[in-house]
Amino acid sequence: MKTLIIILFSAIFVNNFVLSKFLGICPFLGVSKKLSSAVGMSVAVTAVMVVSSAVTWPIYTYLLKPKYEYLQTLVFILVIASLVQIVEILLKKFVPPLYESLGIYLPLITTNCAVLGVALLNIQESYTFIESIVNALGAGLGFMLALVLFSGIREKLEKNDRIPKALRGLPIALIAASIVSVSFMGFSGVIEGIFR
Amino acid sequence: MTLFKKLTKGIFKENPVFSLVLGTCPTLAVTTNAQNGIFMGIAATFVLICSNIVISAVKKLIPSKVRLPSYIVIIAGFVTIVSMIMQAFLPAAYEALGIFLPLIVVNCIILGRAELFASKNNVFDSALDGLAMGIGFTFSLLLIGSLREIIGNGSFFGMSLFGGFQPFPFLTTSSGGFLTFGVCMCLVSMISKKEIKSTGCGGCKLCEKGECQE
Repeated sequence: MKTLIIILFSAIFVNNFVLSKFLGICPFLGVSKKLSSAVGMSVAVTAVMVVSSAVTWPIYTYLLKPKYEYLQTLVFILVIASLVQIVEILLKKFVPPLYESLGIYLPLITTNCAVLGVALLNIQESYTFIESIVNALGAGLGFMLALVLFSGIREKLEKNDRIPKALRGLPIALIAASIVSVSFMGFSGVIEGIFR
Repeated sequence: MTLFKKLTKGIFKENPVFSLVLGTCPTLAVTTNAQNGIFMGIAATFVLICSNIVISAVKKLIPSKVRLPSYIVIIAGFVTIVSMIMQAFLPAAYEALGIFLPLIVVNCIILGRAELFASKNNVFDSALDGLAMGIGFTFSLLLIGSLREIIGNGSFFGMSLFGGFQPFPFLTTSSGGFLTFGVCMCLVSMISKKEIKSTGCGGCKLCEKGECQE
């Protein structure tokens, strides 16, 4: 239980996927202009991350590990692409309101490196099945935290017209991301202090 | 367009990192030193050239409905080849790049070029385009990697420059990556006098065609 809690919290705060592992920077910069779209995107990403970890872990452990380890990348990306399609179809059929609000983010998720990244990291860190799912959940929540925090800053930056011309748009967003990332460095000591 | 122009468009006019803003994840993650940047760039260039050649050769055989998944499979095949070669001959670089080597599969530069260029042009032009984009990507990674290594760690390609003195170690941390990238991008927008707006998915132009409706 203690290991699970440590995995969850370190995935959210210490090894935050966006701010310290640099996975999923594209949506972080692209979709963080409005709070509502940031929340929608990160809910969709979290769901796909958890489901794809739950599917890729058994596939790797029972099918690929014995003989076909080199097929890992190919199989994982195919599984994620088809999962995204299935989730999209299911949502469209059974929960139309949710599809209306999340549907537009789903096609983007296949090429989101955070989703493939969490599947690969679970294998690399040799997590068990439960640990993999907890890690995926933590990664998704960390992604959400980073996106939501950053969208607040981003809204202010978009409205500000006193920013020097060369810094407008992406450069100032990246520098702001750097400062947010510094604040996350502080968590590394906190988590260690509480649980270890 | 002359051959020279075709090859150099990736460095300035259509630089995948600074002007199209694609492939930001590896750009930030592996550039803690110049050497990693170069290896990442070469691996991505290899995948870009090979997948562009294959996709433009088989473009007529792939039904348009399943073309994106098919492209991903072709790209994933070449990524597997690259990572196996690196594991065998450059084990140190393979370790340093870690999961970002398999993550070349989801690098939007490669899928973007496949969809926007290779699926419409002949094999030779596509190979050239892959090479040009690869050069631009490698160049950008080398630039950011060198800056972070020289200023952050006081060394260049592993050679110590200032006798062990580290001018600004912050740049080698993950937050320093964002800062270096932001400052580089600010300089680019000062020189080109253009505001850099397009980000990630928006930059890959698939959106304009309604492929992904962000």
